[in-house]
Amino acid sequence: MPVDEGLRSELQKAGVFIASVETIYNWSRRSSVWPLQFGLACCAIEMIATACSRFDLARFGAEVFRPSPRQADLMIVAGTVTKKMAPQVVRLFNQMPEPKYVIAMGACAISGGPFKQGYNVLKGIDRFIPVDVHIPGCPPRPEALLNALMFLQRQIDNQHLTGVNKVRWYDDTDPAEYPIPRFGAHDLEPPFNRAVWHPQKIQRGAA
Amino acid sequence: MKLDLITQNFPTTKWDEATQSLIVPHTDLLNVVDFIKNNPGFEMDYVSNVSGVDWLPKKEKVKAADGTETEVDKPGFLEVVYHFYSMKNRTGPITLRCRTENRENPIVPSITPLYRGAEFQEREIYDLYGVRFSGHPDLRRILMWDEFQDFPMRKDYQEPDDYEWEPTPHDEVLEKAKHHYSSDAAKS
Repeated sequence: MPVDEGLRSELQKAGVFIASVETIYNWSRRSSVWPLQFGLACCAIEMIATACSRFDLARFGAEVFRPSPRQADLMIVAGTVTKKMAPQVVRLFNQMPEPKYVIAMGACAISGGPFKQGYNVLKGIDRFIPVDVHIPGCPPRPEALLNALMFLQRQIDNQHLTGVNKVRWYDDTDPAEYPIPRFGAHDLEPPFNRAVWHPQKIQRGAA
Repeated sequence: MKLDLITQNFPTTKWDEATQSLIVPHTDLLNVVDFIKNNPGFEMDYVSNVSGVDWLPKKEKVKAADGTETEVDKPGFLEVVYHFYSMKNRTGPITLRCRTENRENPIVPSITPLYRGAEFQEREIYDLYGVRFSGHPDLRRILMWDEFQDFPMRKDYQEPDDYEWEPTPHDEVLEKAKHHYSSDAAKS
């Protein structure tokens, strides 16, 4: 519930600070997003550069790369997701505790990139897990990853703990785990998760 | 190098001038490889590359003596190409090409017992082309998963229809898009 700005500043002068639980919750979430230490291809090099001193991801509170999914809040899918690797990525995502966020970094992770027409690369990790921010680029510059993180923080700021638009992890109907695809004879089975991704249907020449 | 020595010792081998390589029948491959590995004139101690080629069946025009042309069906086959170098003599490469009988039951003897370095490359050819190497100690898929059944580098490989929308499809991709959307419309 929004607090009247005038009242808030008056109270602040008297040493009383007023905020909703939601604001505090979101502020603390956004200020310490711990990414999973996990890279798949050349985008991971840019991710490492982002974490180092020149670009310094620590300025945004996201410098603590965790080697265990149990301690991570953010999965940066940095690089090409091959079909052989996809079940492991979904499994890692399932092992992360809520609240959790996903940034798909680079052309391969968002769509398959230059390998889109091939037989062995997944055409975007959003076929199996919900992605919060997509970053295009091959590979994206560290600034792009920083921008994606700031964008994610703005998204976190607008989270609601109650009501119709409440966050996923307080919604009982939402699945706690996402199904892990199996290795099939010709492709992954299923090739995508219908709950998170729908193939676009466009009738060419119909219009 | 005395490549003539190989063709003299193994009359079944054939020198191909265009590709500067020796075509070796698969029945003789191990003998030829053993020869160039151990013969003092060659001492090929390093197999730099083992790769696969897929040759589809094709129709070829053959001219008879009286000038009439007839079309002959040439069966397809798979081919394994080896490049050997000698680190000791600083010579090479010697290129060997070994063809299978057909594309349905492609078998080539494995050179892994002679050159350990060929192990993973033969596994990769098995994975992507389906050439079976007899005598290989551990012939499994190396890049694709074990449950996979196709051979994706073969020219007649049909990939699963997982086409995704593209803004400006063209050429092969346009054909894919047409096929995908027509089959999609048939389903619904």
